[in-house]
Amino acid sequence: MLEIRGLAASINEKPILKGIDLTVPAGEVHAIMGPNGSGKSTLGYVLSGREDYVVTGGTATFNGVDLLTMEPEQRAAAGLFLAFQAPIELPGVNNANFLRTALNAIRRAHGESELDAVQFLKLAKAETKRLAMPDDMLKRNVNVGFSGGEKKRNEVLQMALLRPRLAILDETDSGLDIDALKIVADGVNALRRPEFSALVITHHQRLLDYLVPNRVHVLLHGRIVRSGGPELAKELEKSGYAELIAEAA
Amino acid sequence: MSTGASGFLERFEGVLGKLPGDSALRAAAAAAFRAAGLPGDSRGRRIEAWKYTSLRAVADATFQREAAPRHEAETILAGLPLLDAPRIVFVDGAWRDDLSAIPAAGFARFAQQPDFGTLTWPDREPMVALNTMLAEDGAVLDVPADHDGGVVQLVSIAASDADFHPRHSVRLGKGARLTLVEVSVGQGTYLLNTVAEIHVAEGATLTHIRLQDEAATAFHVSTAYADVEAGATYDSFTLNLGARLSRTEVHAQLTGKGGAAHLNAAQLLAGSQHADFTSVVGHTAPGCQSRQTVKNVLAGKSRGVFQGKIEVARQAQKTDGYQMNQALLLSPFAEVDSKPELEIFADDVKCSHGATVGELDAEQMFYLRSRGVPEAEARSILVRAFLAEALDAVADETIRARLEAAVEGWWERQAA
Repeated sequence: MLEIRGLAASINEKPILKGIDLTVPAGEVHAIMGPNGSGKSTLGYVLSGREDYVVTGGTATFNGVDLLTMEPEQRAAAGLFLAFQAPIELPGVNNANFLRTALNAIRRAHGESELDAVQFLKLAKAETKRLAMPDDMLKRNVNVGFSGGEKKRNEVLQMALLRPRLAILDETDSGLDIDALKIVADGVNALRRPEFSALVITHHQRLLDYLVPNRVHVLLHGRIVRSGGPELAKELEKSGYAELIAEAA
Repeated sequence: MSTGASGFLERFEGVLGKLPGDSALRAAAAAAFRAAGLPGDSRGRRIEAWKYTSLRAVADATFQREAAPRHEAETILAGLPLLDAPRIVFVDGAWRDDLSAIPAAGFARFAQQPDFGTLTWPDREPMVALNTMLAEDGAVLDVPADHDGGVVQLVSIAASDADFHPRHSVRLGKGARLTLVEVSVGQGTYLLNTVAEIHVAEGATLTHIRLQDEAATAFHVSTAYADVEAGATYDSFTLNLGARLSRTEVHAQLTGKGGAAHLNAAQLLAGSQHADFTSVVGHTAPGCQSRQTVKNVLAGKSRGVFQGKIEVARQAQKTDGYQMNQALLLSPFAEVDSKPELEIFADDVKCSHGATVGELDAEQMFYLRSRGVPEAEARSILVRAFLAEALDAVADETIRARLEAAVEGWWERQAA
């Protein structure tokens, strides 16, 4: 279970998050919606430990463990995964090696044996097939020369292999056509089980048709201003954020 | 016993007449060395080509000449990542028959065939003058026309705290091929000052791979002169990992139409290591190509130097020259000095050079760490990725794997 209380954070001394309260119980998928600049991506970065964001107040725990004092790799070992809105290119780093290094780092942190290249490739190929990704994506350098859609699928592939207990998807749906969107949603749905939670950051209600959330939260000016069931996403799709912005003003 | 330039000169007086080859040539070199001194030594002359690298530490060091080996050459040799190919082994500058597995043909020793060649410039390069004064042995490799010499390994092992001045000569006849893998290692405080003269005749291809993994207290100076004829290729890659101070200097002359010279290098430095890669590529014939990519990874207080000069003569039209120097600084105390020079007298040429200096990318680091990869491992992945492009220049997969293993060894030493 993810529990966030009064979380405040800034970048370059500019406050972005101004007191977030949010609980995501185990087994649930919550959506975070909101206009540009409301702090959605910042929330994902702060939870996963990006250094340039400074936490100025509040707490965030995952299954009772304080996330905010941990290094990014420790958070990953604890089960956190952030699917990046703009996945980073790593020239000179082979995608398969990258994935295996990450998987083995997490297995090591859990006291599990590492996978050798053969064991890993078998696993990776099964996942790429399920995600309808061409095999050569494993041979290429990480995200280098990937199309927007391929990058997003590569994030989902990482998630599928690392099997996190809390996935934060930062606009993983943006730039995807409807087929790719279904594949991404299926990828997350396949992970759904009682000990898995997800925080889905999105602009659009479209993804939530396939990846149905338990709760929807609206983030505005660094605070959650409304929460509701899946119907809230549909409502926002119709009315937009204007009314909420007016209310908040 | 004197140190510095005068120490070398005193010794030269003592051995003149006992060394192989032309004494007059050696005496002329000694005169040049006396005039120039050791670069960077306060008693020596200031030399522009040694602007960033000082051999004052060499001048201050005392090298024992008759010292008994303090380390086991056999043990050092056994630890080397050698290939299953002929090898010519020199220990403390002397050829060791018992440790070598010489090629079936085309190998002689400088001690037997003391030819100083035609390409070197003792009057311009003090360390070449020093080598010319004191050279005792070296490898003379000849590959006849249209013959494939395969892979030959040239190994230098230093086991004493002394100075060594090997003199190598490599000649490829028309259409010949050879892959020369040079490995230099050792233990202790010593100076290895090598000079190599290389001739690549028309249509021949020499692949020259060098792995410098000297002792952390050693000095390594290597000067190579290559003459590349029409349609010939001199393809070299140097990996500098060791030595307290190293200077790798290459002079390549493209003297025939359509020749190619590739002078690529990677330098990984830590602590207070200093490594200088200096090259001069002369395009004197039309339609030749030169390529240089030199990458530095600098940790601690280390310093990497790149000086690259491309000279294009008036008649060398359609020259294609490219030069790139990149440095990755892993510490705020590391330093890189980059000095590219283009000197172009022809009017129809394509020459470019560039330099980049940077730190590891914070976003890439975070991406890796967010996937569970610990910080130190993430750094090493990104540095390796940076080096991968340089090592990709080594086409032979087996050799590239050996170089990668040497890089791994460097990492393990840093982590220890």
